[in-house]
Amino acid sequence: MTPAIKIEQVHKQFGALHALKGVDLTIEQGEFFALLGPNGAGKSTLINLLAGLLRPSSGNLSVMGNDVMAQYRQARHALGVVPQELVFDPFFNVREMLRFQAGYFGKGPENDPWIDEVIESLGLTDKANTNMRRLSGGMKRRALIAQALAHKPPVIVLDEPTAGVDVELRYMLWEFIKRLNREGHTIILTTHYLEEAETLCSRVALLKQGEVIALDSTKNLLASIPGKKLRLKLANALPPSLKGMVRHQEAQDYTLSLNAINQVEYVLAELRSANVVVEDMQLIEPDLEDVFVDLMGRA
Amino acid sequence: MNQRFRGPWTLFKKEILRFWRVSFQTVAAPVMTALLYLLIFSHVLGGRVEVYPGVPYTVFLIPGLIMMSVLQNAFANSSSSLIQSKVMGSIIFVLLTPLSYLEFFLAFLAASIIRGLVVGLSIYLVAICFIDLPLVHPMFILAFALFGSGMLGAFGIIAGLWAEKFDQMAAFQNFVIMPLSFLSGVFYSIHSLPPFWQQVSHLNPFFYMIDGFRYGFFGQGDISAWFSLSVVVGSFIALSLVTIGMLKAGYKLRG
Repeated sequence: MTPAIKIEQVHKQFGALHALKGVDLTIEQGEFFALLGPNGAGKSTLINLLAGLLRPSSGNLSVMGNDVMAQYRQARHALGVVPQELVFDPFFNVREMLRFQAGYFGKGPENDPWIDEVIESLGLTDKANTNMRRLSGGMKRRALIAQALAHKPPVIVLDEPTAGVDVELRYMLWEFIKRLNREGHTIILTTHYLEEAETLCSRVALLKQGEVIALDSTKNLLASIPGKKLRLKLANALPPSLKGMVRHQEAQDYTLSLNAINQVEYVLAELRSANVVVEDMQLIEPDLEDVFVDLMGRA
Repeated sequence: MNQRFRGPWTLFKKEILRFWRVSFQTVAAPVMTALLYLLIFSHVLGGRVEVYPGVPYTVFLIPGLIMMSVLQNAFANSSSSLIQSKVMGSIIFVLLTPLSYLEFFLAFLAASIIRGLVVGLSIYLVAICFIDLPLVHPMFILAFALFGSGMLGAFGIIAGLWAEKFDQMAAFQNFVIMPLSFLSGVFYSIHSLPPFWQQVSHLNPFFYMIDGFRYGFFGQGDISAWFSLSVVVGSFIALSLVTIGMLKAGYKLRG
């Protein structure tokens, strides 16, 4: 099957800045894929290259088998991008904007039922005839997402879609995006909320300084981190013998890194011998944040 | 409609609606300004100046004012739309689409021409309610209005692409468009100027648009209408090619 996205040896330079250094990435159709990395890693540059907003210095990018430069019409038809910034056209209402957006892609009145569906699914029905500038920040974000979906693209890129949005919208948005994914749409997500990526995405690419430093299934990446974390709420201070294991501390709440599960016994024994009272205890599996921190520190 | 043409048609329609939604500002205001010019200049100079034999000054003034408004508004349409969408970031909605640079150009150009013509026609319709205006060569009037507004529409796209801030656009309007339009012979015949300034006027493309447009009404002008039309069509083609080149290169749009 043709990959949804194929990126081959892509370099992008902005003057002296080498923003992308030979990125290779293939995303299959129907995947829910996370593109992660710290600020300045090159995530937005990569998305802008896919969307045709930037031109690569070298290398090839394709969307559903269509080269983003040579076959830009087909490539852009296949792609819907939700930009990071809250941008809008102040002259029109939500429904008008969606119709215009679909119209740019050659879609006419036959596409209206889909626009109605998107409006409803994103909870915009009450605001469909409201001017864009009168919408709240959360509603503007919904309208932005709706605009990216207006032409029903098979590949959807969401660049930080939940930045600054409330819990209700986040939940509604992910339910809708999960449904689109179940219906066969390929979803590519960049987010700073790593728990979102861990819950939703089957595969993850980690970018650092313009290079892919990890590319694997979420499951494999999580398995690559040995040990667990032990969260303790203590009545007294932690004994000095355990200080080396502290990963995080807030007052008398400590998070310790364990190399192996049998270290729990050692920790408890040390606490017992120091007469430290344990008020609460929790054993935590490694999460994507641990993977992220580990890989960023290592690479 | 054929799916192939729906994209550029949508962009054109959006650009038309964009100015129509604020027509008080984009149509009514320039009509009012032109009528105020007409009222003041005709009151001050009417009866004292006769530029062409048998043509009262007030009548002489109207075609120039119409054409000046056509040109200024054609420029304003494409330039303001582009700078606004660039500054606000909404230009991305067009850049993400399969529209080609040529389709982008044609949609913006056509919308600019329409706004120029709507403003020009509005001034004409109001003016003929009070003043008897001849129409000697209507095809010349139409040709100059079309190519003139097209030329300024293309110029507006260039300015909109180049400018990154509203004050840069204001500078373009105040230091390029306004002087060129005011020094083009809207209010006078260049024959009334000293020889040096007559020569300078010949370097101003706006002069040819105003003079040729006026010829369509009175059948007389400062220079040959055919020559003026050649200059205007030539300038339109040259500016269009520059604009298309900038759009093709993605100048300040695609990195």
